[in-house]
Amino acid sequence: MLQLMFLRRNGVVALEFVPRTRSDTGIDWVGVKPPARGGDKLATFLQLTLNGLAVGCIYGLVALGFVLIYKATELVNFAQGDFLMLGAFVSYMAIVWWGLDYWISFLIAALAVAAFGALLDMTVLRRVIGQPQFAVVMLTIGLGAIFRTFASVTWGSEIYTLPTPFSGVTQVAGVTLSHQYLSIIVATLILCGVLYGFFRYTRMGVAMQATSQNQLAAYCMGIPVKLIFSLVWAISAAVATAAGILLAPVTLIDINMGLAVALKAFAAAVVGGFGSIPGALIGGITIGLIELYAGATLPEGIKNTAPYIVLLVMLAVRPQGLFGTPGRKRV
Amino acid sequence: MRFLFKTAYEQDIKLFRDRTTVVWYLVLAVTVLALPAMLSRYYIGEITWVFIYGICGVSLMVLVGYTGLVSLGHAAFLGIGAYAHAYLVHHGVPWVASVAIAVAITTACGVIVGLPALRMTGIYLAIATLAFSVIIQEVFTRWEGVTGGFAGMAVDKPEIFGIRFSNETSFYYLCGATLALTLLLTQNLLRSPTGRAWIAIRDSEIAAQSMGVYLPFYKSVAFAYSAALMGLAGALFAHKIAYLAPDIFSILFSIQLLLLVIVGGLGSLQGAVFGAIFVALLPPIIAILRDSIPAGMADAAHATGIGLIGTIGHGIGEFLKKPGVEAGIFGLILVLVILVEPSGMYGRWTKIKLFFSMFPMYKRDSFKRQKSYMRSERLR
Amino acid sequence: MTFFQAENLAINFGGIRAVDDVSFTVERGEVFTIIGPNGAGKTTIFNLVSRIYDPSAGRLTFEDHDITTTPPHRIAEIGIARTFQNIELFEHATLLQNLLLARHVNRKSGFFSELLFLPSVRRMEVEHREAVEKVVDFLDLQQYRDTFVVNLPYGVRKIAELARALCTGPKLLLLDEPSSGLNVEETDDMAFWIEDIKNLLGISVLMVEHDMKLVAAVSDRVLALNYGRPLATGTPQEVQNHPEVIRAYLGG
Repeated sequence: MLQLMFLRRNGVVALEFVPRTRSDTGIDWVGVKPPARGGDKLATFLQLTLNGLAVGCIYGLVALGFVLIYKATELVNFAQGDFLMLGAFVSYMAIVWWGLDYWISFLIAALAVAAFGALLDMTVLRRVIGQPQFAVVMLTIGLGAIFRTFASVTWGSEIYTLPTPFSGVTQVAGVTLSHQYLSIIVATLILCGVLYGFFRYTRMGVAMQATSQNQLAAYCMGIPVKLIFSLVWAISAAVATAAGILLAPVTLIDINMGLAVALKAFAAAVVGGFGSIPGALIGGITIGLIELYAGATLPEGIKNTAPYIVLLVMLAVRPQGLFGTPGRKRV
Repeated sequence: MRFLFKTAYEQDIKLFRDRTTVVWYLVLAVTVLALPAMLSRYYIGEITWVFIYGICGVSLMVLVGYTGLVSLGHAAFLGIGAYAHAYLVHHGVPWVASVAIAVAITTACGVIVGLPALRMTGIYLAIATLAFSVIIQEVFTRWEGVTGGFAGMAVDKPEIFGIRFSNETSFYYLCGATLALTLLLTQNLLRSPTGRAWIAIRDSEIAAQSMGVYLPFYKSVAFAYSAALMGLAGALFAHKIAYLAPDIFSILFSIQLLLLVIVGGLGSLQGAVFGAIFVALLPPIIAILRDSIPAGMADAAHATGIGLIGTIGHGIGEFLKKPGVEAGIFGLILVLVILVEPSGMYGRWTKIKLFFSMFPMYKRDSFKRQKSYMRSERLR
Repeated sequence: MTFFQAENLAINFGGIRAVDDVSFTVERGEVFTIIGPNGAGKTTIFNLVSRIYDPSAGRLTFEDHDITTTPPHRIAEIGIARTFQNIELFEHATLLQNLLLARHVNRKSGFFSELLFLPSVRRMEVEHREAVEKVVDFLDLQQYRDTFVVNLPYGVRKIAELARALCTGPKLLLLDEPSSGLNVEETDDMAFWIEDIKNLLGISVLMVEHDMKLVAAVSDRVLALNYGRPLATGTPQEVQNHPEVIRAYLGG
């Protein structure tokens, strides 16, 4: 599988076909990036910023899923990236195998994976309440591996393309606005707005906030805590599915697409602060922008590791992240 | 039912609890020594993998099982040890000195990676080790002068003091001896104040501090010792795998190592060895089953005349042949172990031993798990 | 030489002043109790004395050394040991391992000698064990030696907390609510043990307690706190009859 890319080698820019390489640490973005012309630094900067925002929105959505589950149940769900992958595959199946419309497939995939997430909580995760956090983290890792194998057996282990209505580009002042990237940003904003409204203004949303702050009090108030946990998982899975469907046309679908995103989304969640929902999104955008800027300016090796270096610096300097609150155990 | 009558403090300090235990371990040792005479080269090679994974398991058990510091990136240390040793051996450094230097380098890296541990806990530490592991893997790829980058690096069999360990059997004995030495040294640490300090850090850091345990020192020692063992395992790993490449030491490998300690049984050295047996021998077993299940069930179908059995067998065989199934089976076993038997293979083994030792007066609910409620690990 | 003195201790948690200008002294060989309603700041004072928290103001002196800035792991070396209100035993270790850990302050073996388990280390292990056995005898814990703490009943765990603190060989023992969760007989046992600790072992005790009978039985002097502020100091009878203290407990 080859992709068309402008590459800068030793200062010379050339248009080349390069083989797709899937590393488990980096996403390879299929797209045509404008060459860095000498006098057009602004256009390059804007282009990188747009791309970085799009990348960051994906990371932010997955990080949002992490943070939602962590706030409610104190578990870190290492299978979040695999929800993304499952959502992308289900939508692929709906569009390509069953010939359905894009938007209907979006809805079907979101509902299916959300239901699956809730089912997972009800059957598997409820049994491990009370076990140390490490055991549950390993459980989610194991579940992720099972999801990947399931995807491999059901849909195949190759790379697939998702047809999308956003395949055009618009040129504005030297900056290439890919419609897909714009759709990612717009969709993220809409999704975050919907979630904000849900948590703030609906009874269920307020109940969720209450449960994540004090489980025992929520029980006493008559809130169905177990149902809320399942709903939280369902929402996280749906958010990951949305991210997967938005991401699929850009990076193409395969079994390991979730892993690469999940790692960076972790970094995003930590940078933003693990207990903070706006922090997840801002952390995601930060990591996305850093990845793009570092990729354009720094040598090849640093580009892949820049987000992790930022993560380590953040953990060393301000462990609670940008928006988290520091805590201490009471004895 | 035997009752152990204790008359001296020495009995609680020594390595083996009583004569019977010593005898059983001797039988085990004799069996391990005699295996090359009984099994073919292929199986001896697989058991050598068990030994190497065993050393990795002990290393991770010390850090995760005894000190409670979760590391999601331990494969990076294996890689550092492997590449350092291979590089030094290629440049003519004698084997023992090369291993010693590789262990020293890995220990130093372990101390550095352990520095964040002094300030953060739980999931944050795990993520920090994950980040380190990714960065170190990138270093393996880019530092082409030392590691050969993507092209990889070939490694010969070891030559110690002029003796070539070129056949499977001699390398098997080398790895077995190293594992035995590792187990002895680690058990020494665990029955002395350092080991107790580690357990204290795992169970209650604040109480440990109040008892005079200086946390940063013991956490660093845990990371250093764990990394040192990984470096040692890395040196043997380099010889065994014969061709090093950066993508071997990935996050998925680290997760496989964690799976090793969990399935084996957290909190005991025997668990590390059980886990190593599981992780090293499961892929060959799957490979054997891939062919033997369809063939066996086809024979059964012929014998009984029920065609369905043959179809099922064929289906299972096809399923096992698909790519990526092995990882799924590992994941499934991990999930089942955590749900059903959290104390792992060694835990189950202990329960079975208790059943037989107390037979027929075994109480049915001896190990009934108490319903536990979520205890918030979130710091308030 | 002042044995133990806290001067003008204060600590803020955010906007809340948990402990406000608390001063008291503990004489050698006495039992000093701090009482007060829940939330008065008693355990916070303990956490200040064992240096888990840093005070916002004030000074701590032990045997004429200023310990206000000593790091928490050195407190056991100096001779101050404590128990915890919510029991911070090492759950997945046996009782014996818990007690042996408390001997950590007397650790004289280095990492490498332990790695090889030299005869000197073996000898020291036997010495640690002998010292721990004295405490086991004192508190009658023989039958629980090899039980994992997670399997011990609550009453035994409280005694194990006490045993572990004693194994560090302290000069000053901080007991945080030693009788909470114990029934009448167990509380009587606890009273006898505190007396024995004072008289036989010569250890001074600083205690937080709610059970007034126990307080009156064993204490030499009492400090009453409310909302982090001291109300009265004196003998148990003086403090119990002090009008401010009565008002704090009964209201009005």
